[in-house]
Amino acid sequence: MSAPATTEAKPAAPPAPAAPPPPSDKIKIKVDGREVEVPKMMPDWQGKPQPTTMLQACQLAAHEVPHYCYHPKLPIAGNCRMCLVEFGTPQMGPDRKPVLNEDGTPKIAKSVLPYEPGTPRGAIACATPISPGMEIYPNSPATKQMREAVLESLLINHPLDCPICDQAGECKLQEYSVEHGQAQSRFVEAKVHKPKAVDLGPRIVLDDERCVLCTRCIRFTKDIAGDDALGIVNRGSYNTIAAWAEGKFDNNYTLNTVDICPVGALTSKDFRFQMRVWFMKETKSLCTSCGTGCNIVVGSREEKVYRYEPRQNDAVNSTWMCDSGRLNYKWIGRADRLQKCGMRIAERGMLEVAWPTALKAISAKLASAPSGSVAIVASARQTTEELFLLAKLAKKFNALTDSVARNAEGDKLLVNADKNPNSNGARLTGIAGPQLGANLAKISDGLRSGGIRTLIVFGEDVTKHGIGADLLAKLDTLIVSDILPSATTAAAHFVLPGCAHLEKRGTFVNVKGRVQKFMKAVEAPGDARPEWEFLHELVHNVTGQNGFSTIEGLFNEMAREVPGFAGLEWAKLGDTGVTVQI
Amino acid sequence: MPQEHRLILKHADQPGYTPDLECYLRHGGYDALKKVLALAPKDLPDGKKMSPQEQVREDVKASGLRGRGGAGFSAGIKWSLVDRRSGKPIYLICNADESEPGTFKDRQIIHKDPHQLIEGMILSCWANDVKLAYLYIRGEMPQGAKLLNKALDEARAKNFLGKNILGSGFDLEIHLHRGAGAYICGEETGLIESLEGKRAYPRIKPPYFPAVLGLYMCPTIVNNVETLCHVKHIVSMGPGEYAKLGTPNNTGTRIVSLSGDVKRPGYFEIEVGKVTIGELINDPAFGGGLRDGRKLKAIIPGGSSSKILKAGETFKLNRKGADGQMTKVEVPLLDLPYDFDSLMGAGTMSGSGAIIVLDDTRDIVEALANLAEFYAHESCGQCTPCREGALWMSKALHRMTHGEGRKADADYLLHIAQNIQGRTICAFGEAAAWPVLSFVKKFKEDFEAKGAADEAKAAAAKH
Ligand SMILES: Cc1cc2nc3c(=O)[nH]c(=O)nc-3n(C[C@H](O)[C@H](O)[C@H](O)COP(=O)(O)O)c2cc1C
Ligand code: SF4
Ligand code: SF4
Ligand code: SF4
Ligand code: FES
Repeated sequence: MSAPATTEAKPAAPPAPAAPPPPSDKIKIKVDGREVEVPKMMPDWQGKPQPTTMLQACQLAAHEVPHYCYHPKLPIAGNCRMCLVEFGTPQMGPDRKPVLNEDGTPKIAKSVLPYEPGTPRGAIACATPISPGMEIYPNSPATKQMREAVLESLLINHPLDCPICDQAGECKLQEYSVEHGQAQSRFVEAKVHKPKAVDLGPRIVLDDERCVLCTRCIRFTKDIAGDDALGIVNRGSYNTIAAWAEGKFDNNYTLNTVDICPVGALTSKDFRFQMRVWFMKETKSLCTSCGTGCNIVVGSREEKVYRYEPRQNDAVNSTWMCDSGRLNYKWIGRADRLQKCGMRIAERGMLEVAWPTALKAISAKLASAPSGSVAIVASARQTTEELFLLAKLAKKFNALTDSVARNAEGDKLLVNADKNPNSNGARLTGIAGPQLGANLAKISDGLRSGGIRTLIVFGEDVTKHGIGADLLAKLDTLIVSDILPSATTAAAHFVLPGCAHLEKRGTFVNVKGRVQKFMKAVEAPGDARPEWEFLHELVHNVTGQNGFSTIEGLFNEMAREVPGFAGLEWAKLGDTGVTVQI
Repeated sequence: MPQEHRLILKHADQPGYTPDLECYLRHGGYDALKKVLALAPKDLPDGKKMSPQEQVREDVKASGLRGRGGAGFSAGIKWSLVDRRSGKPIYLICNADESEPGTFKDRQIIHKDPHQLIEGMILSCWANDVKLAYLYIRGEMPQGAKLLNKALDEARAKNFLGKNILGSGFDLEIHLHRGAGAYICGEETGLIESLEGKRAYPRIKPPYFPAVLGLYMCPTIVNNVETLCHVKHIVSMGPGEYAKLGTPNNTGTRIVSLSGDVKRPGYFEIEVGKVTIGELINDPAFGGGLRDGRKLKAIIPGGSSSKILKAGETFKLNRKGADGQMTKVEVPLLDLPYDFDSLMGAGTMSGSGAIIVLDDTRDIVEALANLAEFYAHESCGQCTPCREGALWMSKALHRMTHGEGRKADADYLLHIAQNIQGRTICAFGEAAAWPVLSFVKKFKEDFEAKGAADEAKAAAAKH
């Protein structure tokens, strides 16, 4: 319903699968009359192999069984009953051998109610394991009737306030009602009323009337986030989701419940009523608030970012992300973003200049800089490609380089203690050593002694990291690229407005060595440009090397030149990245 | 003349019989325990040996004992399904949640002869290598809980419980746990969740069959109070003698709770299948008949969840003739033997052994509204069809009993109930749907007449 996600050319075909597993690992069943062979065991929510369920088997046979409570990354609850399907199994004779039809095919006994053999008995596809010869009828009249009945039950007490519901457009109740429901309910009684606009926690509002009691939010909170904050109070149709105390649903993962709530019961205080989902563009990107690098989808419209949502990557974040990372996007639209190139002219102070003027002047300065007189401090928030280009400059000048370490507390689930998104990118490109920031003292010594005359700073306020304004004042040339103004940009001779990661493409290498790319979601403000673009020009001007002017080409060049990335190709990173040795 | 046959309740109502240990011991109490502890391994024809525990398990199977909690499942088979190879402890739980409307039999045992239950539990635990067992008692029976706790203390003091019971090397502890007043805690997996300290949401099966993944995900046996008491008698009498009580496949005795419109409501222990429903209602030894001038309208034969039977109905039952051949015979309602199979053959069940009698002064719609309200209140609300359907039915019936019925409500109710049965996590779905399905199907005229009358009244009021 929303605009398709921005994707690159499809990654090349995955490597040919290993030799097919021995036949005993497969089970033959029929789905909707078609024979399919499916694995006997498949991963459960924790990735442990468990007997394949009907729902998984149907999925493999390209039959999506509608469901509310089932979520591939949560323990199975089996409570919504939306996935009920009619099925049959081979009939066994008294000799424990299958009974055959006249044509020699096994006779199938359809499952029926034991006390009413004329009535089919469905099984919940999400929790029922398949067995050899089983037949699943995902589209039979009986299956359809069971679905219709569940939907009717879910709707009788539902407020049906879609026009004012935030979930409209991504609501499973809406969707399934259209696909599987019946036009008219028989219900003529008074609806059950439950609390509306419940303040569940600092970031979440709950509308209990919209809730279908699938318990996804409870299971996520208990079994994934490890917090027993949510539960159900009351009984029967009056069942109500509640936090252990009003407003106390407050772990760092609460907003994931909004993502997995199949209806509009749980809403994010940050996002609710901000934007209709079908108006938004979706872009595949990454969270930059820590070294985990959770995969995200950015929702934006007209160059404004409205939300981050986690995107599945089982090698990184499963389908989750933390609240602090999710909500850390507002700075991107700050009014004080750097939007113009600046050049300091004696007597006249900082002047706004155009890009060619700034780059020409910087190139001229650098051209005359002797080897050993330049140092570079490049943030581990810059992209790997940018760090690679800066490393080229560094090589030319035999420059001291470093990044800034950022550490805070991590947790057991996703949040990493390393608050830089690309510390490993800084290490692999050689901008920083194993210990980020270990060179900063040497650099400030160089400034103090006067050995270093030119300092290039990307994305850091070095005055906060031991290189104070007094030292900066000693420099002949201070070239600073950043997104927001700082004490370092204030001291600069040249200021180059850069881009937030949402405004450009590139890669980060997470704490585990996962090389992941991100796409551009919004345009940068004013004259701000992706750093890799202008760095590419500078490197050309200063070193004479002519690289690639596309991000794909640049990445591939880096992969050829930097041993840590050997063998990688932009196109092969796919949407979920590739892990390298670190 | 049909008579009571008191086995479980043999002493309970005797004058001077008290629930303390001394009294129980004076009446042969814990002799069955001493008997099994003295058992030796049995030599089998193939040269192998059968452990004493296995012998008792086989005896329970051979006795034909069927569960008295509701489903009538063979106790011996239930025990044989227990996963004994998991390496995990095996638990036993006594289901003393007795909450099925109309049922008041377990509490007779609990209040009057608690040691019989405890001995039955100890024997069952011993036979199944259980070292820790739980007695889950309904919250509304505080006096029963007190008595049971006292009895457990007495048994511990005499080393019938605890470490190295009577020097046998067998250790067992039994903990009593009080429910907090919810019918669903009687459903065995709901009970297990409740015992684990959680909301009593019944578990999905598969995969959570108690025999494999029960309490704390360990193999678990759940048996009803009365079922466990029978184990003591099977041990004392031997399975052969025991199985002579009752009828084939419906062995032993069972306590029937008789309530509603009879002169002598109460509990009666009968040999299963040796007494008919008509005798239970009308015989002076049992219900003593309806009140004068009343006629039978219907009976609910096995607790409120069972399907209602209408006066005058006849049923085709399978009967084994003298020649061993199965034939169908037509049996009128009052001649139905009160046993598991006959009631199943009549399309209903003997459930918890509770008969509720309705005479012709009863309004069938009112009666159903009352039951529906109970199920709407007790649905745990976990799964959609029962959660929404139970209250929906109750609301419709409330409307019907408050002058706002519609002729179409009969089919409306059937539609709702049909969408519950067989589609839920636990058998509560059936328990809620069956009364509605059977009442409405068998008394459709009453429902339609009531609805039509309300509609006519409403139409008249409009003019
Ligand atoms: C809704 C519901 C309520 C039940 N309540 C009770 C009960 O109160 N006592 C009981 O013994 N069994 C009850 N049962 C049956 C139990 O689930 C279980 O089958 C029984 O305790 C097994 O014991 P038995 O095999 O000895 O009969 C209930 C079942 C359902 C579905
Ligand atoms: S709030 Fe949403 S996720 Fe939670 S139980 Fe209700 S519908 Fe399910
Ligand atoms: S764990 Fe780290 S990368 Fe993931 S969302 Fe949180 S801050 Fe962002
Ligand atoms: S059938 Fe009813 S009582 Fe049983 S789990 Fe479902 S909602 Fe709860
Ligand atoms: S998806 Fe909810 S019961 Fe299967």
